[in-house]
Amino acid sequence: MPTDTDLYARPDPDALLASISEGTTPSSKRGRLKVFFGMSAGVGKTYAMLEEARRRAAEGLDVVIGYAEPHIRPDTEVLLLGLEILPFKVVEYRGASLREFDLDAALTRKPSVLCVDELAHTNAPGLRHEKRWRDIDELLAAGINVYTTLNVQHLESVNDVVQRITGVAVRETLPDAVLERADEVELIDVSPEELVERLREGKIYRPEQAERATKQFFNTGNLLALRELALRTVAQRVDAQMREIRRRTGTSEPWAVSDRVLICISAAPTSARLIRSGKRLATSLRADFLVVNVESPGAKMPSDRDRHRLERHLRLAEQLGARVTTLSGADLPETLLDYARRNNVTKIVVGKPAAKLQSGWLRALGMARPSLVHELIRHSGAIDVYAIQGERETDDPPEADESVHRARADWRGYLSAAAMTAVVSTIGWPLLHVWGFANANVLMLYLLGVVLVAMRHSRSASIAASLLSVAAFDLLFVKPYFTLAISDRQYIVTFLVMLVTAVTISTLTLRIRGQADAARSREQQTAVQGALARDLAASRTPEQIATATVRHLCSLFRCPSVLLILRKDSLVPLGAPYAMDDRELGVARWSLDHSLPAGKGTQTLPAATALYLPLLAPQGAVGVVGLSARAEQLTTEARQLLDALMLQTAVSLERANLEAEARTAWERVESEFLRNTLLSGVSHELRTPLTVITGLASTLRESYEHLDDSTRNALLDSVASESARMNRLISNLLDMSRLDAGGLALRREWLYVTDLISPALRQLESRLEGREIRVDLPAGFPLLHVDPVAMERVLVNLFDNAAEYSPAGSPVEIVAAVNPDATLQITVADHGPGIPPGAESRVFDRFFRASTEGHPRGLGLGLAIAKAAVVAHGGTLAVRNRPAPNTGAIFTITLPVARDQPSVPPEVPNRTEA
Amino acid sequence: MLVVEDEPPLQKFLRTALETNGYDVVEAANGTSALRHASNDRPDLVLLDLGLPDMDGLEVTRRLREWTRIPIVVVSARGQEGDKVAALDAGADDYVTKPFGVPELLARIRVALRHAAATQGSPGESAISLGDLNIDLANRRITRSGEEVHLTPNEFRLLAVLVKNPGRVLTHRQLLHEVWGPGSGNESHYLRVYVNQLRQKLEPEPVRPTLILTETGVGYRFRSD
Repeated sequence: MPTDTDLYARPDPDALLASISEGTTPSSKRGRLKVFFGMSAGVGKTYAMLEEARRRAAEGLDVVIGYAEPHIRPDTEVLLLGLEILPFKVVEYRGASLREFDLDAALTRKPSVLCVDELAHTNAPGLRHEKRWRDIDELLAAGINVYTTLNVQHLESVNDVVQRITGVAVRETLPDAVLERADEVELIDVSPEELVERLREGKIYRPEQAERATKQFFNTGNLLALRELALRTVAQRVDAQMREIRRRTGTSEPWAVSDRVLICISAAPTSARLIRSGKRLATSLRADFLVVNVESPGAKMPSDRDRHRLERHLRLAEQLGARVTTLSGADLPETLLDYARRNNVTKIVVGKPAAKLQSGWLRALGMARPSLVHELIRHSGAIDVYAIQGERETDDPPEADESVHRARADWRGYLSAAAMTAVVSTIGWPLLHVWGFANANVLMLYLLGVVLVAMRHSRSASIAASLLSVAAFDLLFVKPYFTLAISDRQYIVTFLVMLVTAVTISTLTLRIRGQADAARSREQQTAVQGALARDLAASRTPEQIATATVRHLCSLFRCPSVLLILRKDSLVPLGAPYAMDDRELGVARWSLDHSLPAGKGTQTLPAATALYLPLLAPQGAVGVVGLSARAEQLTTEARQLLDALMLQTAVSLERANLEAEARTAWERVESEFLRNTLLSGVSHELRTPLTVITGLASTLRESYEHLDDSTRNALLDSVASESARMNRLISNLLDMSRLDAGGLALRREWLYVTDLISPALRQLESRLEGREIRVDLPAGFPLLHVDPVAMERVLVNLFDNAAEYSPAGSPVEIVAAVNPDATLQITVADHGPGIPPGAESRVFDRFFRASTEGHPRGLGLGLAIAKAAVVAHGGTLAVRNRPAPNTGAIFTITLPVARDQPSVPPEVPNRTEA
Repeated sequence: MLVVEDEPPLQKFLRTALETNGYDVVEAANGTSALRHASNDRPDLVLLDLGLPDMDGLEVTRRLREWTRIPIVVVSARGQEGDKVAALDAGADDYVTKPFGVPELLARIRVALRHAAATQGSPGESAISLGDLNIDLANRRITRSGEEVHLTPNEFRLLAVLVKNPGRVLTHRQLLHEVWGPGSGNESHYLRVYVNQLRQKLEPEPVRPTLILTETGVGYRFRSD
């Protein structure tokens, strides 16, 4: 138990070391990532990395240089001597040859340690991944340990800070999570003064570059700030590790509740900075990091531009490792707090509202809604609320062109505002000037016009409509006519009320329209999901599932799409209206193997024709969906719908796969069972007559002289009958193997039932000896079109069965008749005990033998073969027992009779009589 | 008697059975030596297994038929009805199906030898008597229990072919050729109809015939005593 003093004790250095060394032993097959981290170029990261590589190589590890910057410094280059270096992959891009890291060569070479410079590098177009850190991720997944280098300015979360410090926008950014996941981070630090010195000596860039670099980037002030950033990043990491160790070693610590930071963002341009600040806060608190966007159903429809910006913000948040959610609720603070409480959020970050004059006096009048921040603070309770000053990010183009865009888009609105005013004025004119109505009536008409415009067009159009209406009313219906001057001051009130009414109505109308639109789009999504679910429920095979999915995706995104399913370890495209060449298949394969999206619009193989998304079912990836949609079609909303559809498809595919697996497994078990039964049955059934024959033959040989004639004859008869039995058994086995080897090939001939029954009886002459065989075949039979050999076997097996299961000497009846439905019926009836109750359907199963008083003989194949042969002829074979009190089984063969009986040329009997 | 058989136990069994019944046996284990023995030793009959290691039994039959009318009895297994028919149509005289008993084998051999003698010498008996049935082919007169039986020309021709080959199997094709001429080889239903008519007119119990026997998948055989 920890004592009080323990609580405040520093962590035990030994335990700390133990934990670190425990952390360094490879816990899984995944490779380990070591990052040499610095504040800027020139601190000696590559040098340190190569030194470390040499040390490892000297220890006997398999070390390979995957990529080192081509403009390498001479003293660094020396370190490469004696190390294996992978050749560059040369990529042609816009006439230039770019030298890139060769991922596939590295994966094939698979060294123990691989050095790859510049973690934040952006790959040339056409390579598998857009970013090098994804290459490295794949290397690590392949179990290769990687050394790499990184400058602080490339970290996504400090990107904005660096830009503010240095004034230089850094384009190549790296998600913080990559550094956070690194197993080891080594800070390479030099003082800013030394760095500037190195730069002057030309150790970092060539002199002319160095001159420019010094001015722009490498001034001491910048470097100090960058150094602080780098140190802080590493310090935070060390701090986090410390806490992790404390937690692990069980030291009591007040970390029972881990922090959760919730960042509320919107389409506003300031939100990007909000996300980065929030991320930094979360990192410093080592807290979870949630980003939400609240959509209010009452709000006006966002412009395309806003939607795209929001899209970017959400993606940035995802890149920074946030859990991103879009909420829907009319009351923003309430929705936000509700979500925060449900998710144990401890801190909420929101943007500080820009001060607006108007809101000041509106609030003074008690009309304005209180700001989000105020509302949140008032109701947040235990949750801390941070209001952060948002700033517009420079990569966001100004809004001006947006309003131009909107104005252009809305010219129809203004046109209809003008048209509406003209129509109302035309109707109003005679009312006032001819019939002398009061002008208040005309005013009502104008209001109606404004409402009509507001119902169909934007708010600005409806404001325009109300302004035009006021002007027209003043001009045409208020004395003095045809001037904008007014004689009565009371009209000012009229005008104001009209204006306010118009704005209010248009606001309300727009809100209702927005809600209707949102409802419609939700309804559409639900409908699409429902339709797919219906189609999938009706689909049994993967092909049907693919067809249904592809059809819905095509109609939803109005683009060709494809579904690839995994079959025998290769991807098979189903329903591909666009060309699936090897390259596209390769992209799809990558997506499947890594369970990640790939292709167009992603960071992996973006040159592909289509976007490939893995179909992830509970038990793993079952296929890939390819969608050649344009990137702007794939909004978050569309992606969410797509995710839902893909989950449905994936689950259906998995269900189909499992069904197929279960079926083959069952078939395998069944055939295994059959084989075992057959083997044991055959060996037993063959051995019995063989034993008898062997025994009898040896008896006859040894004691021939001592046996009298009648005994000798009896013994010889037994040999003959046992041999006959073996022959029947082998015939059945042959018939069965013929059936199994692809069914019966029927060689049909026209014949009479007599041609079947009489040879069958002749075959079993000795077996049926001593029995009365009653054959009842009425005259005038049709010809049957059957295979004589197969049908004879059917009858032989039925007669044999009758002989086996009825007492010796009891009669057997064979009756044939033509049924009214043009079928021929042959019954074989015995006087044995009949079929045991419940076994009527099983007697035709292979290896089924009805238990009788005596030991059942035979393999239980005869009836199964008979049934298969009759069914092959399009007939049926059934069995029933004789009605009580009689006993015996009645087998009934029903065969179809051909309507077109073959014709035989007639003869003239008179001429020919003998 | 030339026995063409490649399985030693069967060879031994056939030699014993035949020698016990007074035939001399020459053995051949494959088709080539069978053809050589047939021309050198001039046997009275060839007992030929259809399954031989070097040559199809059917091929041996054809080669023999190129130069000799020597009777051939074919030995084959059940389920090879097509092979049997082919061998018979190629000129074999009869067949036995494995497994077979010695009496059956001897009966086939006797029938084949008798048939060979008949074709070489005088035409066989033209009048036979089977129980209460009398068939006089020369006078075209058939009586059953003393009463005359009327046959159509085709019925008569069919009966005549069968009676002239007592105990010998005749394939559908052979019978059709004899009765309806060489143009008809596939209309086996003619045979079914006429055999049925003959059975109705001649057999004491037509549903369990004893005169004209069906050889399933092969043809018909007229009873011999």
